[in-house]
Amino acid sequence: MSLTLDTAVSPMAAPPAEPGYWRSVFARLRRDPVAMVAGLILLAIVLMAIFAPWLAPQSPYSTSMLHRLQPIGSPGFPLGSDELGRDVLSRLIHGARLSLLIGVMPVINAFVIGSAIGIVAGFVGGRTNTVIMRVIDVFYAFPAVLLAIALAGALGAGLVNSLFSLTVVFIPPIARVAESVTTQVRSVDYIEAARASGARSLTIIRRHVLGNVLGPIFVYATSLISVSMILASGLSFLGLGARPPMPEWGLMLNTMRDAIYVNPWVTVLPGMMIFTVSICFNMLSDGLRSAMDVKL
Amino acid sequence: MSTYFLKRILYVVPITLAVSFFCFSLVHLSPGDPMDAVVSADAPREVVAMVERAYGFDRPLPEQFALWVSRALQGDLGLSAANGRAVTAEVFAALKNTLLLALAASLIGFTLGCTFGLLAGYWQGSLLDRLVTGFAVGGVSVPHYWLGMLLVIVFSVELNWLPSSGAGPGSSNDWAFEWAYLRHLILPAVTLSVIPMGVVTRTVRAMVAEILAHEFVEALRAKGLAEKRVFLHVVKNVAPTALAVMGLQLGYLLGGSILVETVFSWPGTGLLLNNAIFQRDLPILQGTILVLALFFVLLNLIVDLAQARLDPRIQRS
Repeated sequence: MSLTLDTAVSPMAAPPAEPGYWRSVFARLRRDPVAMVAGLILLAIVLMAIFAPWLAPQSPYSTSMLHRLQPIGSPGFPLGSDELGRDVLSRLIHGARLSLLIGVMPVINAFVIGSAIGIVAGFVGGRTNTVIMRVIDVFYAFPAVLLAIALAGALGAGLVNSLFSLTVVFIPPIARVAESVTTQVRSVDYIEAARASGARSLTIIRRHVLGNVLGPIFVYATSLISVSMILASGLSFLGLGARPPMPEWGLMLNTMRDAIYVNPWVTVLPGMMIFTVSICFNMLSDGLRSAMDVKL
Repeated sequence: MSTYFLKRILYVVPITLAVSFFCFSLVHLSPGDPMDAVVSADAPREVVAMVERAYGFDRPLPEQFALWVSRALQGDLGLSAANGRAVTAEVFAALKNTLLLALAASLIGFTLGCTFGLLAGYWQGSLLDRLVTGFAVGGVSVPHYWLGMLLVIVFSVELNWLPSSGAGPGSSNDWAFEWAYLRHLILPAVTLSVIPMGVVTRTVRAMVAEILAHEFVEALRAKGLAEKRVFLHVVKNVAPTALAVMGLQLGYLLGGSILVETVFSWPGTGLLLNNAIFQRDLPILQGTILVLALFFVLLNLIVDLAQARLDPRIQRS
C-alpha cells in the first residue's frame, strides 16, 4: 500500500483494507518459483487421483496372461505391464488415490491429536506438562521407522493398522512442537490481560492461543508429509499396508520387484511417483516455512 | 562430573524401563491369545505348557512384566516361535551385520554431507549452493528402498558390476574384510547413506551460513587473517553439531535399514524383523525391537554427553 501525500493528510479518506494474514502468506508464496512448481505438480497429482477412472485407459484390475511384463512403449501398454499383465499406467493413476490417502492421513490425524496434546500441555504447564512431555519422550527412544514397523508388525498387516501405526509415529514430534510454541505464547502480555479480564481458559485458548500457534504447527506438520509418504508406501512395500490386488505405489514396487531382471525400467515407475510426491511436499513445505517466517 | 552429566545418565533409567514396557506389551497388542503368538499352532502340549509357565501368561500383567524384565536382564529374551532358537543369539548375530552396514553408510553420508554443506554454506547463493541444496532435498525425500532398486538395475542388471543381494559370496551370513565381501556392502551402504547425507548437508549448510554472519568472523577478517584460517574457525564451530547430528542419524539408520535390508537381502536385524513379521514370530520381533531401541537410547546418551563435553554452553543451559 502506497502512502501518498493525499491520503496522508486527508482525515476523511478511508484506510486501505489491510490484506489478511493468509492472503499475504499466499502472495509471498507465489513469488517463490520452486514452491509454486511443487504445488502445481501436487495439484496435478491430486486431480489425477480424483479423476482416475476417467483418465486411466484400462481398468487397474484387468489381467491378461498374454501380455505379461510388457516393456515401456508396447502397443496398448504405454508404460508397460506387470507380472499379471495389468496396465501399469492405469495402475499408477489409480494408485495415486490410496498412496496419497495413506501418506497424508496419518499426518492430518497426528496434527489434530498432537496439537491438542501439545497445546494443553503448554497452556496448563506445571506438573501436567511434565507428565505429558515425559510420556512423549518415551516415543523418542525409537527411530520412526522402527516404531512404525514394531506397531504394524505386532498389530498385523492391513491398511487400518498401518494408518494407526503411522499416526502414533507422528503424534510425539507434533506434540513437542505444539508444546514449545504454546509455552512461548502463554507468557505474552495479552494472554495475561485476557486472564485478568476474567476470560475462561477455554476462551483464551480459542480466541488468543490457537490463532498464534496453529500456523507454526501446521508448517511443521507439512514437513512431515514427505516422510509419511515414504513410510506409508514403505509399509506397503514390506507387505504391511495395502493388500493385493489394490493399486498402491509401494505395493506395486514390491510385487514387480521379482521381475527386476526381466523388465527393469517398468519396475521403478511406482517409486518415481512416491519420490515426486515426497520431494514436492518437501519443497512446498520449505516455501511455506519461509513465506510464514516460521522458525522451529 | 557435573550435575548435567549425572542427570543425563540417570534419565536413561526411566526411559529404558518405558521402552522395555513398550516392547513387552507388543505381544499383548497383537490380536488373539498371546500364547498363539509365541508358540506355533502345532506345538506339542508339553511345549505349550512349558512356554506358558516360562512366560507366566497365567499370572497378572505387572507380574508378567517383572518376570520378563528379570529374564531380559540375564540375557534371556525367549525362544523364536518359528525355529525354537534363542532370540538373544539370533538378534546379536544380525545386529553385527546391521551395525556394519549402518557404520559404512554413516561414514559415506557424513563425509559427503559435511563437504557439500561446507561448500554450499560458504558460497551461499551460488550455483554450487543451489545444486547442493537441491541434491540434499532429493536425499531426504527419496524412498530409499526404491533408490536401492534403481542402483540394482544400473549396477547389477545392466552393468553387472556389483552383486545385488546377500552379504558375501554364496549365502554366507558372516562378514570378512575382503573384496569378495566388500563388493556386497557397496550398494546397500550407498543406498542407506543418502538420508544422513541429506540431513548433514542441510544442517551444516545452515550452520555455516549462520556462523559467517556473526561479528567475530568480520573481526577475524579485519585483523588480516587469511581466508583459509577463517574457514578453519567456521569448521571448528560447526563440528560439534555435525557430529551430534551424525550420531543420531546412526541410530535412525539402525532402525531404518529394514527396508534397505529387505531390498538387498542383507542378513541384518531388518531382514530378521521382516521374516519375524511374516512368520508371526513375536519373540523375535519383540527382542529385535528392544535391542535396537536400547541401542538407540545408549547412542543418544553418548551423543548428548559428547556434545556437552565439546560445547560447555550446553551444561549451563
